[in-house]
Amino acid sequence: MIRYLTVLTFAFLGAVPALAESFIVVQSTTSTQNSGLYDAILPQFTAASGIEVRVVAVGTGQAIKNARNCDGDVLLVHAKAAEEKFVAEGHGVSRADVMYNDFVIVGPEGDRAGIAGTSDAKAALTKIAVAQAPFASRGDDSGTHKKEMALWTAAGVDPTAHSGAWYRETGSGMGATLNVATAMGAYALTDRATWIAFANKGGQRIAVEGDAALFNQYGVIAVNPVRCPNVKAEAGQAFIDWLLGEAGQSAIAAYRRDGQQLFFPNAR
Amino acid sequence: MQDFWAALAQAFALILGAEAELVEIIGLSLRVSLSAVAIACVIGLPLGAVLAVGRFPGRLALSVLVNALMGLPPVVVGLTVYLVLSASGPLGVLQLLYTPAAMIIAQTILVTPIIAALTRQVIEDLSGEYDEMLRAMGVSRAGMIATLLWDARYSLLTAALAGTGRALAEVGAVLIVGGNINHVTRTMTTAIALETSKGELAMALALGIILVTLSVIVSACVMGLRASAARMAYA
Repeated sequence: MIRYLTVLTFAFLGAVPALAESFIVVQSTTSTQNSGLYDAILPQFTAASGIEVRVVAVGTGQAIKNARNCDGDVLLVHAKAAEEKFVAEGHGVSRADVMYNDFVIVGPEGDRAGIAGTSDAKAALTKIAVAQAPFASRGDDSGTHKKEMALWTAAGVDPTAHSGAWYRETGSGMGATLNVATAMGAYALTDRATWIAFANKGGQRIAVEGDAALFNQYGVIAVNPVRCPNVKAEAGQAFIDWLLGEAGQSAIAAYRRDGQQLFFPNAR
Repeated sequence: MQDFWAALAQAFALILGAEAELVEIIGLSLRVSLSAVAIACVIGLPLGAVLAVGRFPGRLALSVLVNALMGLPPVVVGLTVYLVLSASGPLGVLQLLYTPAAMIIAQTILVTPIIAALTRQVIEDLSGEYDEMLRAMGVSRAGMIATLLWDARYSLLTAALAGTGRALAEVGAVLIVGGNINHVTRTMTTAIALETSKGELAMALALGIILVTLSVIVSACVMGLRASAARMAYA
């Protein structure tokens, strides 16, 4: 009854929520959205299945929290430890690898820390800390931020002790953080997909790449319908099956930006 | 500066191209914001008038509160509405999260205090002039409120415009409760935020220029309406 009244209320305002259409909500990360991947592959799934995919692109931390609140049918993020915890706590059905790419450290032309062209992320961060060269961090508990913190820990540096000095926590998305890095000539850790697609590079370029520690794995999880009765389990699973199947995997592999492949499918 | 001229050129190209996607985004922005302002007027106008002429305990405190709520941070409103509409929240069964309806609710909360506070001020000033006369005529308090609201209608349009400005410009609330979903809940402001995060600064600015233009058009329409209505009234 309440629902009926609400629909009626908003119907006259011309803002009826799409109740009849078949759609799922995917909680995901900014990197997959900003790189244009979803715009490229989702229409293919919709054409094949008739299911519309609505992507809410936020940081991995927020995406997981939203999914924990049952506000999504599928979770597609990149922080394996946090994803496994999500499943272990019963919020998700199971986790599967979807695709990977890698992180890179970008930096200004001047290269104060002298790390350009190297491939050891740990050593590079140590040099940045020693040189006290500006570093722009996401600082938002996203997948990229978690990776960055893990790298600092491995390097034995606590950058947050210098927060506000050479270490700048933007507390915002990847693109916003890259805008900050460009403006202040700071180093930053970014996933390669966002970097390639990013249009405001200014004088910034890739300084460090190719370290095994910079591996960036994306995983997909169906939100647990037992815990969240509102979840569209069947449609969500159909999307996951498509993503991990041949059609989805080759769609991911086919997506290029400036001739470069951004994501590498690796579902098993 | 280079970005700015590129943005201007891009804004014109976007408008001339009239791409379906842009039309859709502008349409949703207007639909959400104007709906929110309409609802806020229904609540805010009587509320403001009651605060102006009503005589009840706590009236002053309530006026102070309404004035203070004009400064509600959109992100806080967005977060609160999210928690209420979330599937695990009290109104989760309505399934309104990530729909335009959720965005209208959030903006209504943002706009209502503005309209109520401005209405209170306008009506209070006006009631000073009318009070004695209405009282002498033996008009009831409800009748007084209706008369004052009607006679202040042109000034109250400005209150509605202030609310419209707030609604069209805010991004924090609609981003959280709408989710900036392509073709579903993407508005001008969330699209600007998205383009900025993609580093497409010229595109973001171009959308910003269009949004400002839109704001000018809405305001010009209201002013025009006001002028022609006033002419008709005194003709």
